[in-house]
Amino acid sequence: MAVTEVRISIHPDGLSPKDIAEKIKEQFPDQVVDITEFRDQVAVIVKRDNIVEICRYLHDDPHLSLDHLQDITAVDYLNKKDVRFEVVYNLYSIRYHHKIRIRAQVPENDPEIDSVVPIWVGANWHERECFDMFGIVFSGHPDLRRILLPEDWEGHPLRKDYPLEGPEPDKDWPGFTEVLKRSKELREFEWEG
Amino acid sequence: MLIDTSTVGLVEVEEGTKILPPNVIITTLDKFINWGRLSSIWPTTFGLACCAIEMMAAGAAHYDFDRFGIIFRGSPRQADCMIVAGTVTKKMAPVVRRVYDQIPEPRYVVAMGSCACTGGIFRTYSTVQGCDTFLPVDVYVPGCPPRPETLLEGMMLLQEKIRKEQARWSPWR
Repeated sequence: MAVTEVRISIHPDGLSPKDIAEKIKEQFPDQVVDITEFRDQVAVIVKRDNIVEICRYLHDDPHLSLDHLQDITAVDYLNKKDVRFEVVYNLYSIRYHHKIRIRAQVPENDPEIDSVVPIWVGANWHERECFDMFGIVFSGHPDLRRILLPEDWEGHPLRKDYPLEGPEPDKDWPGFTEVLKRSKELREFEWEG
Repeated sequence: MLIDTSTVGLVEVEEGTKILPPNVIITTLDKFINWGRLSSIWPTTFGLACCAIEMMAAGAAHYDFDRFGIIFRGSPRQADCMIVAGTVTKKMAPVVRRVYDQIPEPRYVVAMGSCACTGGIFRTYSTVQGCDTFLPVDVYVPGCPPRPETLLEGMMLLQEKIRKEQARWSPWR
């Protein structure tokens, strides 16, 4: 099997994150925007258009084999960067024990990126959480609903322009205002000592 | 049958409670009912966050809630008390309220931990700022999380509160 040959030819520790970043840049020169390094953690910032092709390459390439998607999340760079959102993919190779971080730029006016569920099934709930918290739409996702907040919740709380203490009491989630109202109504039936 | 209490050995053991040896106790109905209630507070098994771990520790062998007659029940319909142990989120609030509504009267609520008392460190969009916004709380137990001794103290305070109740027998008394 080819897999066995690869195992012999590759160093057991796999590639360094910088080497992986260089490989991505070689493969997709017009997609990579920047490569950043901070405390030995290398992140490749890419455009969102070909994110599925990039992820497919990282997953399928026998020398990379980044088969484990550790996490998908997003960052809101409101008033800090030109492109407001970045979707972060933390990838890990179970075979080679190397890892890389991919960050895809997503603009504010059209917060949409292709889903990577066809590559890693585990991306399903991560993308739903990301949609729930940031309002980033993952097109091609099989079941894009809110995952943590109630389905009739308004807004996306991890956006920087969302009020930290939540909406005003009269604009709060109807399920909660209903409870407050009901508890007031039921107070007259309480036993008093 | 009337008893002439001056001729028999009626011993006053505390104010309002007399014992006629060997086996007759004379007391008020309030005292008798309150004694029964405070000696068998049965809370629902209901935890929301890390406070529930301390609550379980308080219920286990080392701290031993059973010696106060505090025995956790699996159903709110068999319980007298609810220990709100942990952060109450807005999404969870309807469920907490429903569990409380299922407890038969008379019922008591203990807010355990900073989150249940005030919202604690979670002054955020998703957290209820104190479960007293929608529940009538009897005892607040602060701490993050409170140690089992603190919860025991809270339950003993609840017992003292029940001991002082007067004529809490029915809404139509």
